[in-house]
Amino acid sequence: MMNAALVTVVGTSATARRKRSRPGVLPGFGISMGYTVLYLSLLVLIPLAALPIKSAGLGWDGFWDTVTAPRVVASYRLTFGAALVAALVNLVFGMLVAWVLVRYRFPGKKVLDALVDLPFALPTAVAGIALTALYAKNGWLGGPLEQWLGLKVAFTPLGIVVALIFIGIPFVVRTVQPVLEDIEREIEEAAASLGASRWQTIRRVLLPSVLPALLTGFALAFARAVGEYGSVVFIAGNRPMVSEITPLLIISKLEQYDYAGAAAIATVMLVLSFALLLVINLLQGWQARRGGRHA
Amino acid sequence: MTRPDHLTEPRWVRGLLLALALGFLALFLLVPLAAVFAEAFKKGWELYLAAITEPDAWSAIQLTLWVAAISLPLNLVFGVAAAWAIAKFQFRGKQFLITLIDLPFSVSPVVAGLVFVLLFGAQGWLGPWLMEHDLKIVYAVPGVVLATLFVTFPFIARELIPLMQAQGSEEEQAALTLGASGWQIFWRVTLPNIKWGLLYGAILCNARAMGEFGAVSVVSGHVRGLTNTMTLHVEILYNEYQFSAAFAVASLLALLALVTLLVKNLIEWRSARPEPDSAPMEAMAAPVPVRPATA
Repeated sequence: MMNAALVTVVGTSATARRKRSRPGVLPGFGISMGYTVLYLSLLVLIPLAALPIKSAGLGWDGFWDTVTAPRVVASYRLTFGAALVAALVNLVFGMLVAWVLVRYRFPGKKVLDALVDLPFALPTAVAGIALTALYAKNGWLGGPLEQWLGLKVAFTPLGIVVALIFIGIPFVVRTVQPVLEDIEREIEEAAASLGASRWQTIRRVLLPSVLPALLTGFALAFARAVGEYGSVVFIAGNRPMVSEITPLLIISKLEQYDYAGAAAIATVMLVLSFALLLVINLLQGWQARRGGRHA
Repeated sequence: MTRPDHLTEPRWVRGLLLALALGFLALFLLVPLAAVFAEAFKKGWELYLAAITEPDAWSAIQLTLWVAAISLPLNLVFGVAAAWAIAKFQFRGKQFLITLIDLPFSVSPVVAGLVFVLLFGAQGWLGPWLMEHDLKIVYAVPGVVLATLFVTFPFIARELIPLMQAQGSEEEQAALTLGASGWQIFWRVTLPNIKWGLLYGAILCNARAMGEFGAVSVVSGHVRGLTNTMTLHVEILYNEYQFSAAFAVASLLALLALVTLLVKNLIEWRSARPEPDSAPMEAMAAPVPVRPATA
């Protein structure tokens, strides 16, 4: 009787709170929320709004002509193509590195694990000139590659892929690593005791559990690579139609004082970033549900 | 923690996977890093010292330190405010707000720089007004600071939000019932709980602030001795074929990256985070967010 009454009281007060939609009991909601929204608007949202507004000055036809000009389309193809190839390489090798770091023991493992984050910490311009020096004709790697394989890396689209592989390394490793660590040994034990070969266990049991994390890492690496500038400009050669990435095209429009044109191309990139962010959010939701089921 | 044979791969497979993973990391991480220092010292110590003590290099170093010193506290205050509002209170559109905070991670740095040129440039919305009052933002130091603020915007907030969400607000509520004021709760209860996360976010924010290239390159105007940061100085030296000098300055930035990784690992070790950071340092949308706090 008493309990029931108590439940009702608690129940009604909870609904009442929800109706008044009071956010919580702690102080400081107004000021922290207000400051967050103000700072976010002033620094990010209002400045970004300048892009579509400025490019609207071109009119729809002008906008369309600008963003579908042959040189611009060639740059999309290069940017997205190179980003895709680099993200695929990172998908395979990132999985491999995460696997080796979680499952095997070898000397220097701690140091190597820490160094995986190097592409996040190293300024992109430094990475750019280092890779260019390495893969140029007289570089440590560029010389042998050209002599023995006839392969030119620096100042070609291949060089862009190399730079994008570098900056994308940590994404797949760092998303897959914690998931692999969380997989319980009993699951593999069960698969093995039911007669699965090691390969079957990996393919049917382990791979499906890491798949969401793997795809999230892939999408993050791809999104990062699409917008990358610093590490790419040095090694790309930047020839129009051949090795000119979209961010560089924005800069060259800017240097010609074509502000509306630069804004139009930037708007296209912004919309694509939004779309990628959405995909990544969906993938993370999937991953969270997966994680929840295993836990 | 050795695994029994049926739970691991045959010896030769392990060897092959290890060799592939280590080869990949050596080729894409260690060799480029070594190249920076090798190129920097190619022409000897004296040239190295001359390159980093030359007046233009020195003013670039100073500007880089200033920019980081300004943007770090601003983003710190924002990060704490945003995390307080998001983690301690319930309100509609929370997920949307988090996505907006992530936005600068997925926007190309070049686009980030461009928006400030569109706003404050001579042709921009506020350009004429700024010109009248003899104020310069773009192609001057304030523009460099703004662009840096934009690209480093999410770092600290992104680190604190999941941390504070996981911690919940029971301790703060207890302090409240004991009569503590809002500030007392923050300084005495919340801050000690989040200090490692705060430091972690700050060190990542600082590395990016000092190393940013693309966004800064668009707004700086490249005035030697005035608006050149270290990364821009590296670019100029490199484009003038002063390779050794470029790599000398770059080696300072590489050292900064290594120190960042070291401190990051020390913090992880010191704070004994349950996972070695499930979120990549710069993850555009911080993968593996803390599981939604369902009651």
